[in-house]
Amino acid sequence: MVVRCEDVWREVSNYLDEQVTPELRAAIEEHLRACTRCTAVVDGTRNVVQIYGDERMVELPLGFSRRLHRRLEGNVSGTRRSFFGWLVAAAAAILIAGGFKAARSSVLGRPALRSEHARGSSHVPPDMMVIVAEDGKTFHVAGCPFIHDKASLRTITAHEAEQQGYAPCVRCMKKYLDPGAVALSDGPVDDLAASEDPLRTSE
Amino acid sequence: MAAGLGSLENPAQQDYEQRLVQRIRDGEHEAFYQLIRPYERRVYAAAFAILRNEADAEDCAQEAVLKAFKNIRQFRAEARFSTWLIEIAVNEARMRRRKERADLIEPIEKEKNEEGSYTPRDFADWREIPSEALERKEVREKLAEALGALGQIYREVFVLRDMEQMSIEETANALGISAASVKTRLLRARLMLRDLLAPGLGGAWSSQLSFAKGTKPW
Repeated sequence: MVVRCEDVWREVSNYLDEQVTPELRAAIEEHLRACTRCTAVVDGTRNVVQIYGDERMVELPLGFSRRLHRRLEGNVSGTRRSFFGWLVAAAAAILIAGGFKAARSSVLGRPALRSEHARGSSHVPPDMMVIVAEDGKTFHVAGCPFIHDKASLRTITAHEAEQQGYAPCVRCMKKYLDPGAVALSDGPVDDLAASEDPLRTSE
Repeated sequence: MAAGLGSLENPAQQDYEQRLVQRIRDGEHEAFYQLIRPYERRVYAAAFAILRNEADAEDCAQEAVLKAFKNIRQFRAEARFSTWLIEIAVNEARMRRRKERADLIEPIEKEKNEEGSYTPRDFADWREIPSEALERKEVREKLAEALGALGQIYREVFVLRDMEQMSIEETANALGISAASVKTRLLRARLMLRDLLAPGLGGAWSSQLSFAKGTKPW
């Protein structure tokens, strides 16, 4: 199968989502080896998907959680917590915020993390063999189209990858990642946590 | 990992959420706070993608969460709670948008070529590792600006699929369009964003100066 540039542009999205047949995939990759223009299109499109998929792209306005909860309490009868309920919630919030702080500060004691999201929090089987690029930040299953620099790949276990500060690829490792984990891992557990995060501003 | 909830695996998470839903249905309304906490950011992001205004998006997100609470009995066990919640947010945001802009004529030219093929305008090489670029505030601003420049139909699909990480089918259901339309719009959204961002983020301005925008370099 031979593909032209136009075919690559039409299929780039399906290619990145792994929704093309193995034959088409091979043909696209063959074309990419010889075509710098299409390589630029595929690389750039992959970057778009990767960069917007990062949770840092969405910044909650400061105080969002607090206001949301106030609105819920004010509107839903019977949701007002008992004093004990509040006590439990407050204790949980303190523990969570403490954990958050501890997680951040413990980063200093470990080898430098390649990715903000590499916190050893995924459920990727530790013995699974994964692919990492030397100057990459994420680990992947072999053949994932989101592998960045194909020149310097290594195969190591998921455990080693996490130890070395790589984070699981949100695409190929998706089934091991919890949908709530991203939001919880450094989401504003409360506004204190939000205001302490230098990456988060509310413009 | 800051909290225990996120450390549960997918099926366990769904199970856990199902139990929370049951507790809420049985009258333990406080459990709703636990249920929505991991998704607050995603609800806001969906609303913001459509309304493009912080205050409107926040109000819309609050309303959507409130509706989810009030309609918790309609939530079906086989669905993911997050998908259901975001669908509510999308509907709420679209309704508000229609109401606010009822007197405005929607630009149709953005949608007329939807089925036609899209030719990339720019072939700048973009090699920078995106997660590093995100550390810079001006880059995040450029990204938000580029997303805002997309037509509504493309932005909705892109946000649900690539930012909310919903599947093609979930995106199609949430927007009430076919899976084929999701794919077509997604392709276009991704390519348009690449065209908007590659020249700047690729740092290749100098090598691209000889090619005027819209012309092909060959």
